[in-house]
Amino acid sequence: MNAPFSPSRRDILKGTSALVVAFSLAGSRLEAFAQNAPAAAAKPVTPDQVDTFLAIDEKGAVTVYAGKVDLGTGVRTAFAQMIADELDVPFEKVSVIEGDTALTPDQGPTYGSQSIQNGGVQIRQAAATAKAALLEEAAKRLNVAKEDLIVTNGAIGARSSNQTVTYGELIGGKQFMLKLDPAAPTKKAADYKLVGKPIPRLDVPGKITGAFTYMQDFRVPGMLHGRVVRPPALGAKLTNVDESSVKQIPGVKVVREGDFLAVVADNEWNAVRAARELKSSWSKSETLPDEKKLWEHVRNTKIVKDDVTSNIGDTKAAMAAEGRKLSATYDFAIHTHGSIGPSCAISEFKDGKLTCWSASQATHNLRKQLAKMFSMPLDDVRCIYIDGSGCYGRNGHEDAAADSALLAKITGKPVRVQWSRADEHGWDPKGPPTLIDLRANLDTAGQVTAWEADFFIPQGAAGMVELVAASLSNMPTDTALSPGGIVQDSAIGYKFPNIKTVCRRLETTPFRPSWIRTPGRMQNTFANECFLDEIAAALNVDPLELRIKYTDPADTRGLETLKRLEKLSKWERRPSPQKNVTGNVVKGRGVSYVKYELVRTYVGAVAEVEVDRTTGDIRVTKFYVVHDCGQIINPAGVEAQIEGNVIQTVSRTLKEEVTFDRSMITSLDWASYPILRFPEVPEIVIELIDQPAEKPWGAGEPTAAVVPSAISNAVFDATGARLRSVPFKRDKVKTALQSA
Amino acid sequence: MTITLKVNGKSHEIDTDASTPLLYVLRNDLGLHGPKFGCGLGQCGACTVQVGGRAMFSCIMPIAAIGGREITTVEGLLENGKPNKVQQAFIDEQAAQCGYCIAGMVMRAQSLLQTNPKPTEAEIRQHMRPNLCRCGTHAAILRAVKRAAAA
Amino acid sequence: MRFRQVIFGIIAVVLLAVIGGYAWTWRPALAAISANQKPAADKQAVRLGAELAAIGNCADCHTTIGGTPYAGGRAIPTPFGTIYASNLTPDPETGIGTWSEEAFRRAMRDGVDREGRQLYPAFPYDHFTKATDADIHALYVFLMSKAPVKNSIPANQLDFPFNYRPIVAGWKVLFLREASLEPDPGKSAEWNRGRYLVEGLGHCGACHTPRNALGAERRNSAYAGGVAEGWNAPPLNAASLAAHRWTVDQLAEYLSTGWHKLHGAAAGPMADVAKNLGQASDGDVRAIATYIASLSQQPRTANNVPPTPRDNFVKNVSPEVAAIYAGACANCHNDRNDVGPSKAVSLGFSTAVRQADPSNTVRVIMHGIHAYQTNGGPYMPAFDGILTDRQIISLAQYVRARYTDQPEWTDVKKEIDKARREGVRP
Repeated sequence: MNAPFSPSRRDILKGTSALVVAFSLAGSRLEAFAQNAPAAAAKPVTPDQVDTFLAIDEKGAVTVYAGKVDLGTGVRTAFAQMIADELDVPFEKVSVIEGDTALTPDQGPTYGSQSIQNGGVQIRQAAATAKAALLEEAAKRLNVAKEDLIVTNGAIGARSSNQTVTYGELIGGKQFMLKLDPAAPTKKAADYKLVGKPIPRLDVPGKITGAFTYMQDFRVPGMLHGRVVRPPALGAKLTNVDESSVKQIPGVKVVREGDFLAVVADNEWNAVRAARELKSSWSKSETLPDEKKLWEHVRNTKIVKDDVTSNIGDTKAAMAAEGRKLSATYDFAIHTHGSIGPSCAISEFKDGKLTCWSASQATHNLRKQLAKMFSMPLDDVRCIYIDGSGCYGRNGHEDAAADSALLAKITGKPVRVQWSRADEHGWDPKGPPTLIDLRANLDTAGQVTAWEADFFIPQGAAGMVELVAASLSNMPTDTALSPGGIVQDSAIGYKFPNIKTVCRRLETTPFRPSWIRTPGRMQNTFANECFLDEIAAALNVDPLELRIKYTDPADTRGLETLKRLEKLSKWERRPSPQKNVTGNVVKGRGVSYVKYELVRTYVGAVAEVEVDRTTGDIRVTKFYVVHDCGQIINPAGVEAQIEGNVIQTVSRTLKEEVTFDRSMITSLDWASYPILRFPEVPEIVIELIDQPAEKPWGAGEPTAAVVPSAISNAVFDATGARLRSVPFKRDKVKTALQSA
Repeated sequence: MTITLKVNGKSHEIDTDASTPLLYVLRNDLGLHGPKFGCGLGQCGACTVQVGGRAMFSCIMPIAAIGGREITTVEGLLENGKPNKVQQAFIDEQAAQCGYCIAGMVMRAQSLLQTNPKPTEAEIRQHMRPNLCRCGTHAAILRAVKRAAAA
Repeated sequence: MRFRQVIFGIIAVVLLAVIGGYAWTWRPALAAISANQKPAADKQAVRLGAELAAIGNCADCHTTIGGTPYAGGRAIPTPFGTIYASNLTPDPETGIGTWSEEAFRRAMRDGVDREGRQLYPAFPYDHFTKATDADIHALYVFLMSKAPVKNSIPANQLDFPFNYRPIVAGWKVLFLREASLEPDPGKSAEWNRGRYLVEGLGHCGACHTPRNALGAERRNSAYAGGVAEGWNAPPLNAASLAAHRWTVDQLAEYLSTGWHKLHGAAAGPMADVAKNLGQASDGDVRAIATYIASLSQQPRTANNVPPTPRDNFVKNVSPEVAAIYAGACANCHNDRNDVGPSKAVSLGFSTAVRQADPSNTVRVIMHGIHAYQTNGGPYMPAFDGILTDRQIISLAQYVRARYTDQPEWTDVKKEIDKARREGVRP
């Protein structure tokens, strides 16, 4: 019943062991090119070595080792494009290995729209270093000046003669033994042939024909299927397990370690049934706040520190000065990642060493966490990435990994743990609730004189998120809150004379937090860009015009983004809300804009909406996005990311909210946590601004930041009702309509 | 109990509990990984296959219920080892991000085009409604279905 | 059809009533109003009217699938043929744009249109006649505030003699009581408010009260259970089959959300009712719940566990249906009496499974529950096609035997065929 894993994966693993077993004395660069150099050395994974990132075999095939992984974003293809272009080898000759702690460098977790910007750029620098060395060596071999050389399809030739030497001949199968040179020259923008082109993704055909192997498809010989049985309440203690309740299901074993409860079976359906039918008793536990008073709870949570993210001028004095004062409170509900495929992992203990296959976006971190959990040396743990269902942040993959490792340890066999839908919705870490107070002062001349903001958000940054299995079984784990870099985009880029933005860091938050796509930036930008719209309405000016007015005149790329957005969306300059609206279903448009984290990708967006004034239902009909992420590696990939950001965030904005009672989350499936379906998907119009001579920036997140505010502003334009609480569900919309 | 299933044109003898949903048999006994486990509740469509020529959730279809009906998975759409019209349109439109939902999407679209070769945009959206995507590939999927209909 | 014979048997009575009643029910045409005589869209009145229209479920009949709300045109099947709901938007040619408030009030109370023509009682004026002037005013202002939609309504397709409009006059003589409700001073204000809404605009009896051969509600069997679009509208009186006695709190939650954990999900036409009541004020929903709960007051102890199954159920079960239940149903419907995925309740709580006929159980199995898919709520996949008819029959009997103490159903197949003919609600 266990299908073999795919040939490519098996080859990789075989190759791996060969590489790992082979050993070489470290040599100088000259040795690397010498005839008798060893075929393979222990592959380094430290980021200062070229060999960490690249290998070229005898046939000239290039292998890229990436610490960043492809979460369905297409970065595998983008890496191949960048490296093939930099080395001047055919695109087909490049393959990419990702997220294997034994083979790939720790480039940090795959988050924050940094895969290209940091990960890809680092690998490109390794390729540039390698290429310089290869050219130097070729110049010696061919006895020509380095400047006389030209590379075509992995072959170095001299312009002055017809001699050539290939990469394969120069380095094939050997290590470069080179330090990565941060100053090695990369190609000029005009010389790129693959970068900037919509190269079709390497993984797409296999995904569409069913041949692609996901983590959920991967199998290890002799493995058992595990299913966890989680407590019905957070903090509940397991008081009794009735193993006889599943004795009629063949091949089932019940595993208990503290409050960690699971079943294993050799047949997957038997494991599913056993988990469903196992009778267990748990202590009563009511640790959660009253859902109806969530925002009071957040406001009353102890503040452990204030992070002042911007402090310009003197807002205290400016707010006290004469003028029209505006203030508003915004909130953004608790969200789940909501992967379509619940988390899955396989672990195996062999000879005291742990191998764990998972779709973790941070295998190097997972390795540290598993080593800590089992009190093992780091070197005895290997974590290997296999593509899973899209995760959009730190979801349940690491927890499924810990579940499987614990079960493998206890049963002595490889164990595959597949989470159920309820496990995923109930136990993945959540995007924390975000509460934001905003204040502004407008003088009589119509100028914004002060902007103040308080963001009530949990303490912590991006780190190691507590592992559920470790906590339930009382094994060592990290317990600090790790909500991600959620202070980002609390500060604003608009040129008001007095600005103060403060993140009031809370001691606790109701659920284990983690970063979800566009963490903090999405929530913070929602409040900032809506409040800016409130200011525009108060001043009776066009909201796009107000943004242009307060953008730094030196920020030409920002201004260009806004200008192009105005044209693309056929924006009509006038104040919101629009006048003389009749009928039950009313239309409006809203604008939003961000310079991501104030330092990178520019996104401007216009949403067009229809609001049914009777039911309170909102339909987002059209979405315009203008996007500048610097040098574009693959425009098709960037467009796919923008479309995905828009659709996922429209869903988050209109529909999504984790619900709970005093014991546990109650939104445990797609019926209780609905997301956008096909009939509700807006038409999306995108304009990319390519900057081939600039640095490439991220595209996986920034668009999400502007979506909620663009929709809220459009609803205001249509109805005069201001929506300050995500999601914009019927009841809230109707209440807002009544007070409009 | 032993049940005979006809999958992608071939008969298979399956010896397993009759309550087992078709999805687990396809994935574990037959090694067909196109159909995916997404919810096990008939809510998301990642497990969509054709049974008796109609798109169905294989995660809530016990093999006891199948009888003699023929089953087609996304692997069974290949024609002489090549992507069929619908699959090719998805590839041409690059209609996959993480791609976990996509085999189910292809199967759902295949069923639509079998019964309604020239659907309108509204018909496509309504027909695809049972299937969820989280990456937000919907726009590309809609383009792919239209491309397949036009091919 | 026996039904027909009954009708023709009493046709003489009807004719007499028609002739005698024609004069009594005759109404003159009222003057058309012009566009500038339309009422001002007073915000308060519009809001109140919208809530009352939701309680009255007006949009359910007066909107086609996917059409503009209140623009009419939906085909309403009746035992006498098909009636097409009229256009309630203020379009002067095809809607009510030329109707004065007096004309609108007269339609609600007396069942005649602006030109004095008889309206068929598919439009439940036998209930609406109880609405107050103030409420009718709010409804009128609300409807007149809508954007006019030009939508010509097809002619009704009724069998003889029902295609002859004046015959309605006879029906009115027999069944229409144009009297307002006097509050019962012995009852609470909430109960009286509930009665007013339930008996009036809410027209709950239109589905939940059985009807006679002429399609009128049988007054002496009020709320004893009826039919609605092929679905069984369960009794709301002492004959209620609910496994748990409905409390006011439970009803209020069920009516406004379409679901309660001890009763399950509203399905079929009731799903629309709950969706509409979700738009009404909490106070009105609670009043409705108070009155409805009072209908089934009975000296019965609250039985908060489902009844034990029929004792012969195990020996009659085929391995096939048990496997189908385990593989297709048990992931959501568990036996722990708690709520499963998709907000599924234990089937021992299901009124549908306890009813005397299998119509609701069959329809839910075949078509699933989708009404709340957009905004969250109970869900069930459609099993028509996943399961064959034979499997649906055995599954229906299986859950009946396993989860109730009621006898086996007869002729489940007939209900399957009927449900398929009637099609799926979107």
